[in-house]
Amino acid sequence: MPGVGPGGHPVAALGRTRPSRRINPTPVSEERSLSKPKTCFTSPPISCVPGGQPSVLDSSPWGQGPAAGCRSLQEEREMLRKERSKQLQQSPAPACPTPESGSPLPTRTGSLTAEPADPAKVSSRQRLELVALVYSSCIAENLVPNLFLELFFVLQLLTARRMVAAKDSDLEPSPGVLDSLESPLFQSVHDCVFFAVQVLEHQFQVLSYLDKGTLKLLAENERLLCFSPALQGRLRAAYEGSVAKVSLAMPPSVQAVSFQPETDNRANFSSDRAFHTFKKQRDVFYEVLREWEDRHEEPGWDFEKGLGSRIRAMMGQLSAACSHSHFVRLFQKQLLQMCQSPGGAGGTILGEAPDVLNMLGADKLGRLRRLHERLAAPQSSCRPCPLTSFPGCQGFFRDFILSASSFQFNQHLMDSLSLKIRELNSLVLPHPEPSDEDGESDVDWQGERRQFAVVLLSLRLLAKFLGFVAFLPYRGPEPPPTRELQDSILALRSQVPPVLDVRALLQQGLRAHRAVLTVPWLVEFLSLADQIVPMLDYYRSIFTLLLHLHRSLVLSKDGEGEMCFLNKLLLLAVLGWLFQIPTVPEDLFFVEEGQVDVFEVDTKTAEHGLDGVPVVDQHLLYTCCPYIGELRKLLASWVSGSSGRSGGFVRKITPTTTTSLGALPLRTTQGLQAQLAQAFFHNQPPSLRRTVEFVAERIGSNCVKHIKATLVADLVRQAESLLQEQLVTQRQEGGDPGQLLEILCSQLCPHGAQALTQGREFCQKKSPGAVQALLPEETPAAVLSSAENIAVGLATEKACTWLSANITALIRREVKAAVSRMLRAQGPEPAVRGDRRGCSRACEHHAPLPSHLISEIKDVLSVAVGPRDPEEGVSPEHLEQLLGQLGQTLRCRQFLCPPAEQHLAKCSVELASLLVADQIPVLGPPTQHRLERGQARRLLHMLLSLWKDDFQVPVPLQLLLSPRNVGLLADTRPREWDLLLFLLRELVEKGLMGRKEIEACLDSLHEAQWPEDFAEELATLFNLFLAEPQVPEPQLRACELVQPNRGTVLAQS
Amino acid sequence: MILTKAQYDEIAQCLVSVPPTRQSLRKLKQRFPSQSQATLLSIFSQEYQKHIKRTHAKHHTSEAIESYYQRYLDRVGKNGAAPVLLELANEVDYAPSLMARIILERFLQEHKETPPSKSVINSLLRDPSQIPDGVLANQVYQCIVNDCCYGPLVDCIKHAIGHEHEILLRDLLLEKNLSFLDEDQLRAKGYDKTPDFILQVPVAVEGHIIHWIESKASFGDECSHHAYLHDQFWSYWNRFGPGLVIYWYGFIQELDCNRERGILLKACFPTDIVTLCHGAAAP
Repeated sequence: MPGVGPGGHPVAALGRTRPSRRINPTPVSEERSLSKPKTCFTSPPISCVPGGQPSVLDSSPWGQGPAAGCRSLQEEREMLRKERSKQLQQSPAPACPTPESGSPLPTRTGSLTAEPADPAKVSSRQRLELVALVYSSCIAENLVPNLFLELFFVLQLLTARRMVAAKDSDLEPSPGVLDSLESPLFQSVHDCVFFAVQVLEHQFQVLSYLDKGTLKLLAENERLLCFSPALQGRLRAAYEGSVAKVSLAMPPSVQAVSFQPETDNRANFSSDRAFHTFKKQRDVFYEVLREWEDRHEEPGWDFEKGLGSRIRAMMGQLSAACSHSHFVRLFQKQLLQMCQSPGGAGGTILGEAPDVLNMLGADKLGRLRRLHERLAAPQSSCRPCPLTSFPGCQGFFRDFILSASSFQFNQHLMDSLSLKIRELNSLVLPHPEPSDEDGESDVDWQGERRQFAVVLLSLRLLAKFLGFVAFLPYRGPEPPPTRELQDSILALRSQVPPVLDVRALLQQGLRAHRAVLTVPWLVEFLSLADQIVPMLDYYRSIFTLLLHLHRSLVLSKDGEGEMCFLNKLLLLAVLGWLFQIPTVPEDLFFVEEGQVDVFEVDTKTAEHGLDGVPVVDQHLLYTCCPYIGELRKLLASWVSGSSGRSGGFVRKITPTTTTSLGALPLRTTQGLQAQLAQAFFHNQPPSLRRTVEFVAERIGSNCVKHIKATLVADLVRQAESLLQEQLVTQRQEGGDPGQLLEILCSQLCPHGAQALTQGREFCQKKSPGAVQALLPEETPAAVLSSAENIAVGLATEKACTWLSANITALIRREVKAAVSRMLRAQGPEPAVRGDRRGCSRACEHHAPLPSHLISEIKDVLSVAVGPRDPEEGVSPEHLEQLLGQLGQTLRCRQFLCPPAEQHLAKCSVELASLLVADQIPVLGPPTQHRLERGQARRLLHMLLSLWKDDFQVPVPLQLLLSPRNVGLLADTRPREWDLLLFLLRELVEKGLMGRKEIEACLDSLHEAQWPEDFAEELATLFNLFLAEPQVPEPQLRACELVQPNRGTVLAQS
Repeated sequence: MILTKAQYDEIAQCLVSVPPTRQSLRKLKQRFPSQSQATLLSIFSQEYQKHIKRTHAKHHTSEAIESYYQRYLDRVGKNGAAPVLLELANEVDYAPSLMARIILERFLQEHKETPPSKSVINSLLRDPSQIPDGVLANQVYQCIVNDCCYGPLVDCIKHAIGHEHEILLRDLLLEKNLSFLDEDQLRAKGYDKTPDFILQVPVAVEGHIIHWIESKASFGDECSHHAYLHDQFWSYWNRFGPGLVIYWYGFIQELDCNRERGILLKACFPTDIVTLCHGAAAP
């Protein structure tokens, strides 16, 4: 397979990069489609795939159109060459050869064995040295758009396998034409390697900041050793001294956003309906997410087909319930949680892949290979300049937005993303501590650097999605076809305000020397812009600023007030990447100088600028720009002889932890005190300020919680007892809840005023201890006490502001909830909780379980009621044992709940009725099928005692005299009434039922239709019972007073 | 009692078209003496409920109701003391308590001007003494006490079993010194979905992180487990992270396949609990 690029690539770079003056745009083609990935204006990498342009990332409308084929590129290059040669002929120096078409081409095809490179065989040393110097200067001065693309090209030259003759002409250089302009620059692999090593020598500083793996591969490269042992030695030393491990992130397991009552409970919703709709949506969202997780890698699975309609149905419900803001919060949190870590982005650190293979051994190789291919596939372009993509979990969120296609959702999402971006972008981040200079080892410092990384990665993710949603309506596959159309679109678009004023944020960032934070996310945002965006004045001015910034980031400049090296490198990498995005016009990088003096870009960092703090490390650099790993992949593939399958070395995995963003700093109020506090912090280490703010924030928040748990809870208890009084004294069941609530609130709300006093006391008491515990022991006493006082003040301010605004509403809400709880509990099922549970201390809870007893008694009832098999029956012992157990259970109460006790009570009454009517079939000798009278009486006694002493729910004793149960007697012959009479007498005697109550029941029995003889006997019983001597009316039991049994009430009325 | 799918299917096979009476249950216990009674009853009950769900509609067509009611009237007319309603239910392969409900509803329609409300019917089923017709009251009562899968008594037993196991679990948590928030506390705080217990400090069980525990006093078969997953367990995961489900009466082994995803199944309180050691991380 022949290399595609003509041999003159380095010349191509040179033709336009003379350090002496600025570069003018080179017109190539007016109609070049913007959808084609760009390869010109920088050294295009030598392709290693047939037709080897970036493979199509995404054929969907927001993605890129089909890549241009080889042919058109070839033509383009041809044009470039001609253009350059014209210019070169006009310009006097330096002498740069224009390669002939058909000069030998370096090739990188893996299947060919590499031709050995020999320093002695370099054809035109001097010329190559000169070109290398000029080329390197261009790189150093940022006159090339993409630093890493150039490095990639140089490494390609270093690892070229052999030259392929494109023309059958004699390639042997003749001494006479050796330095002539007409001869090709690279005539052999030796030339390529020599040139590459020369450039690498100039670029040593950048190289030394690459990750350890790349350094190792470079240092181990035998060609490099052969051509420049000195460089090899420096690289080796750099490798040995490097601590720049780029750790592999563990693949994140999906974690859900946790439910937080403060933001998620009913009080945060306008209606019950909205609350419940959102409850369902949360579950649907995760259901969809889980299904995506399971299936998105299956061949043939399609997001829209699989999940689209479900997502839209859910969105429809959300719109109806106006719960978008809640859902968007969930969506955004989940996005940050899943995609923030590089692993969450799908582990796209491509350079890592070979190591993973080595590390895990051969058994998992097949699986990993597939994984690797999948991950690598979108970036198989073999150049460190991938198109914008949504790797890994990000794909879910992108597809979700697309499938939802909900205007409301998108709007809420943009609002929310913008707010979060502003918030994070203005977050106070670490400043250098003047006293602390031991940098790396300092614990605080590492935490701060980690915090910076978390904030930066979050911002980039949020900005990418903001850009995606904001430009979604405008994204199309092709630019407008005519100038007129373009003008009218521009006129339309220029009056649309930007979704987020990114220009202002960029300007602020530059002014405050926080470019290292602002620019990387801005680049993500802009990378998703549509083709019109760069033509709009607003955005054009942003690009101009960025270009100016890019040019000012000269890596070799080092000194007081300069931006840190890795900070610069990160900005160069992200900007270089942005300039290669197809939607960014090509001429942008080469605009006239006159147009760029819009804003003065000053990279000199002021005192407290973030840019001057070494916040970026290699890990962050590679995480933000995984394509830098292509350099390593390239070197590794040279080692392995095949394209990046093995090679490298095993590295220890350091799982990265995702740290929370931490509490946002408080906005302090105005006033002298606040100014003094500010001044106090000014000369203290920043950790002091963070500690104080943290303590204040937490104590303030805890204070509110404490007030809720004490003062408000007390008031709610008062409300409950007031309500209880009202209900009991007035028997006002249910009343008008609204009215009741008003009365209670008017009594209780004034007490809310105490909240402020108590809040102040709380903050006063709690803050100093916390500050003390968190600050170093050695903090001077005066500093400590000031810190404590400020913390107390801030905490009090926070708590009291909240309390004074909300305490009344809070009390109202809580009382309302309590009232409705109590009114519900007043219903027909008395559910008195808590105060009833609990048995004696000595109880070991060994009593039979209530469920077991109900089920046992049910069995007895069903045998008694029938139908039954001839051999079925109940033994008297079993009955006695059952009642004994019932007593134990009622006394233990550990497992008893009111409904179970109610059923037990009812079943016990049913059992008594069956005993009275002699309906229980007894197991035993065939002659005896009935319970003996004595046994029956004993059992009834047991029941009476249970009813009197052990049941705590009302026992529905009136059921004993219900027509159905009394009717059981009608079926027996001869009828025996003595047990019933006995039972009635005992009930009265034990005070379980009043005489009047029984009389009323007996009275109502007359109304039923009975056989005549039975009615007569019943009347006799009635008379007998009435003839009994009157005993004083027994006292009603307490629990019946509180919650009168309906049956009793009915019977009495 | 963790069963394989095959073991479970063997039991379920024996339950086809078996009426939900105490006699059936006795036979089942004899057939599978090695299984616990509670597990068998739970499986029986769930299988029977599935059967009823499948056939429910055909018993509720107006033709079917009319025909049942006429048959009922005919037979009680001949002998009111015979178990007419119970036998009718067995004949048409329907739950006795549900048959009682159908007939009661139809009866009330005939004797009242307004159609009876659900709550009226429920209260009559809970206390058949209130049914105006003595014979029907007895028939309904007989159905309810003889039905071991449906009816107010069975509902109460199930509820009690559930409650008892929650108490049991609570006591075990207290015993192990694991602090938790229970359902009532969670509800008071306004949580929209509430597992039985949320651990205030997560623990690890068999190497899996556990944030919440749900107690299920039933056997975990495919049908119920999937319903629970959809309505409860995933919802808990969606809010609180991974958790543990205890099916006190066992479950089908194959269903315990979401451990890695954050839903762990156990048939008893776990013994292998690892708690967070405070300060142990310090060097």
